[in-house]
Amino acid sequence: MPDVRLVNVTKKFGNVVAVDNISLHIRDREYFSLLGPSGCGKTTLLRLIAGLIKPDSGEIYIGDKLVNDAPPEDRDIGFVFQTFALFPHMNVWENVIYGPRIKGYDMTRANRIGHEVLEMVRLHERLDAYPNELSGGMMQRLAVARALAAGAKILLLDEPLGQLDAKVRNELRYEIRRMAKDLELTAIHVTHDQAEAMAMSDRIAVMRKGKILQVGTPQELYTNPKNLFVANFIGGSNFLEGYIIEAKGEAAVIELRGGLRFKAINRGMNVGDRVVLAIKPETLTMQRHGRSGEANLFNGIIKRVTFEGTTIRYEVELENQDTVLVVTPSLTCEWFTTGEKVIVSFRPENAHVFPYPEAGLRAEISVE
Amino acid sequence: MRWKKLTIAVDRLSSRSSVRHGIYVSALIAFFTLILLPPLLGVVIKSGAMYGVLGKSEIVSRALTAIANSLIIALIVSVLNLVAGLPMAWLIARGKSKWLNVLDTIADLPFIVPTAVLGYSLLLFWSEPAGLSAFFDGSVIPPGILLVALLHFAFSFPVVVRVLVGALLDYKMEYELASRTLGAPPITAVRTVTLEIIKPSIIAAFTLAFARSLSETGATMMVAGKAFENGAVFIQNMKNAYSASPPLVSQAEYEGAAAFASILLIALSCIIFAAIRFMGTRFRLSFQRTWPTTERKLSYSKAVITRNAITLAIFFLIVIIPSLFVALPAVEALFTESFPKALTGAPPWNDYWESIARSYSVGVIVTILDIIIGLPMAVVVARKRLGKSSSILNILVDIPIIIPSVALGASLRFFWKETLAYVPEIWLLIFAHMAITYPYFVRSMAAAIERISVELEEASRTLGAKPFGVFRTIIFPLTKYSLFSGAIIVFTRSVSETGATLAVTDLKTAPVVLVNWVKGGIPVSPAEVGLGCGFLIVISFVILLTLRLIVRGKGRY
Ligand SMILES: Nc1ncnc2c1ncn2[C@@H]1O[C@H](COP(=O)(O)OP(=O)(O)O)[C@@H](O)[C@H]1O
Ligand SMILES: [Mg+2]
Repeated sequence: MPDVRLVNVTKKFGNVVAVDNISLHIRDREYFSLLGPSGCGKTTLLRLIAGLIKPDSGEIYIGDKLVNDAPPEDRDIGFVFQTFALFPHMNVWENVIYGPRIKGYDMTRANRIGHEVLEMVRLHERLDAYPNELSGGMMQRLAVARALAAGAKILLLDEPLGQLDAKVRNELRYEIRRMAKDLELTAIHVTHDQAEAMAMSDRIAVMRKGKILQVGTPQELYTNPKNLFVANFIGGSNFLEGYIIEAKGEAAVIELRGGLRFKAINRGMNVGDRVVLAIKPETLTMQRHGRSGEANLFNGIIKRVTFEGTTIRYEVELENQDTVLVVTPSLTCEWFTTGEKVIVSFRPENAHVFPYPEAGLRAEISVE
Repeated sequence: MRWKKLTIAVDRLSSRSSVRHGIYVSALIAFFTLILLPPLLGVVIKSGAMYGVLGKSEIVSRALTAIANSLIIALIVSVLNLVAGLPMAWLIARGKSKWLNVLDTIADLPFIVPTAVLGYSLLLFWSEPAGLSAFFDGSVIPPGILLVALLHFAFSFPVVVRVLVGALLDYKMEYELASRTLGAPPITAVRTVTLEIIKPSIIAAFTLAFARSLSETGATMMVAGKAFENGAVFIQNMKNAYSASPPLVSQAEYEGAAAFASILLIALSCIIFAAIRFMGTRFRLSFQRTWPTTERKLSYSKAVITRNAITLAIFFLIVIIPSLFVALPAVEALFTESFPKALTGAPPWNDYWESIARSYSVGVIVTILDIIIGLPMAVVVARKRLGKSSSILNILVDIPIIIPSVALGASLRFFWKETLAYVPEIWLLIFAHMAITYPYFVRSMAAAIERISVELEEASRTLGAKPFGVFRTIIFPLTKYSLFSGAIIVFTRSVSETGATLAVTDLKTAPVVLVNWVKGGIPVSPAEVGLGCGFLIVISFVILLTLRLIVRGKGRY
């Protein structure tokens, strides 16, 4: 069965280490995303799996087979290119049956497959159209159909939705995932769009500078980021800097700027450590009245309000001049206005404590 | 900064339709007056003489046989050129080794050797005791049809490789990769996708090889032997018979025969080219047929090595070594007093160095002018900017290289020397060279532009690019290798051209000097002939290699 396993895979282009000693297991029939900022090596990793380029070192397995030296046509893969790469000299039908014909299937079988996949992507009425006569969404579906018709067990998609407008993109997210699931394919999807990765994937690998920082389900990455970069890249976070002033068993107290006290869950920190708290904006709540000045309850002033439809986004300046972002659902929560004084409350279990990075906070979360 | 301002200004200018039309019209006028008319006018004016020979069945049947020979050789040689040139172009364009730049430049060399010298070199190599024949009894290949075919193969091979390499480098690899991921082994991917997409360039390469094979005279004469005649040789033989004393044929017979053969060759070629273009767009190397196992076998390891080995063997044994054989004595000459004598420029070397300088300067000027007047033309032809007439224009572009060079020379002389005698000689030379090099540039450039989807251009227009901006940002980046290839062909062709040069001017270019040496016009030793060819080859090699390294820059992709 087609699971994909990478063991210590490295690929360099001159001085650039595009893929840096990556090990990864993508399970059979899993919808897996490679997520990361542009230039982090996602495409390179995908091309390594496809066999379009060869690793400098490390092993790549598809199923139980070591495929390092197997050419792309022997890997049972379908590759959907970012630019689609539909053959301009062939019409929809010819593009789709290209794979079956190339593999030497007889005409009847090729025809059957062709009709099946075109039916599936709803292009069976455009058989005679040439790629340049199709809309973006259609070209995208044709690209997927062509890969499927070739009998791919593993579907590799390189930013497949990158060239489409927002509405089509959202529709196709579900459509592509559904197809992959219906056909029981292993899908590896490259994207820089975390919302897309979250919506489509069973699991996601977050990449940065040729390395994988964390692999997990969308929920895991969201609720339990393993480092500052992931905390920021997936869903965004508020970052507050401070020092540990108490550490007893599970509990730790952190002193933030301006002497504010923050109670957090201790994960092996020591008194005196410099730390960064990462807190998702959606986990914060605000009240107009109540106790304040205690741990995790801070006074603030609303500086800016953005209505985003389903949510409202507040920029709040805390009493110590740190600014935090608070996002609340727009219909089930109270509304606040600019200039209002509020009390912001933080829950210890939603605050992730990380050691202050050597390179500085900015550098650590930057997507460069 | 200033550069940027300039491009913005030019962009803006180009959005005025008057400016755009002005450019196209100037390019057209330049084409008709400088490129098409001079070679054609002489032929047209003498066409009346044709009727005089139509009644003479002996001359007519001789002409027809010769023309049939021309067509057969041109057809076979161009097809073989494509068959051998594609794997070679493939190797150069897709290989990883840095040495391929060197190989790529070596591939240009047969084009640098003046054709007459090339003919002499092949003759030496294949037929004379000095060459291969030393190891056998008698000539390995005596002068005749086979040697003519070998010669034509050798001098068109660089053009075919050049045009195809340009096309392959400009081509978007993703199509081929897509095909691979769909299950096609490399050869299948190339056959069903790449070749289809670069078809315009394949047709262009074929056309250029075909045309050149029809028209080349000087070298063909040398290797044709006594019995064999193709169209060009026939005209030359008639001319020789007329200039013999006493003349063996009358002036009317010579001129009539020349006009008859030239016009027939031009007409037939036009029909053939039109047919190829027509079929080319309809005919598909269909993927309805596949040979998965065979093609897979041919795609890998042993087969690839074998293929590359055969390609290189053909290239070196049939093209390079015979073409450069004449320069071989140069190696010996390095250790004799000929070498210092050559370097110090003692006679006859003073003439030689002067001619070399002249050849290269003319080559550079011709290349620049061809690019200036050829680019708009390539756009007109590729984008059919003139509607229906574009197709006709497309065929007219090739005419200067279809006309047999004797007839061409006579025509150019008539036009430039007898009609416009007050033009400075050096300009006559430049104009004459432009006429014969222009088709190479336009042909390879138009083919490259044709491949770019019109949509891309439109997209860029809708994004606000002005017409020149479209050229700068879309067409140029996507065709720059083809442009470079075209420029190289023009430059090398200009540096090696002999016949047209002799026809219009007394100024001596390097090939003229060398041909004179080869023919014993002044007493020089074989070592000196070798040195003369050797310098030309080495200097050209260095120039081309340098250019190539600059153009290709650091990364190949
Ligand atoms: N063919 C190549 N030659 C040289 N450098 C490359 C090549 N392909 C990718 N790179 C470099 O490798 C790094 C990773 O690129 P890529 O895998 O395309 O990133 P992503 O797809 O995540 O945007 C980049 O720095 C890029 O410039
Ligand atoms: Mg990418």
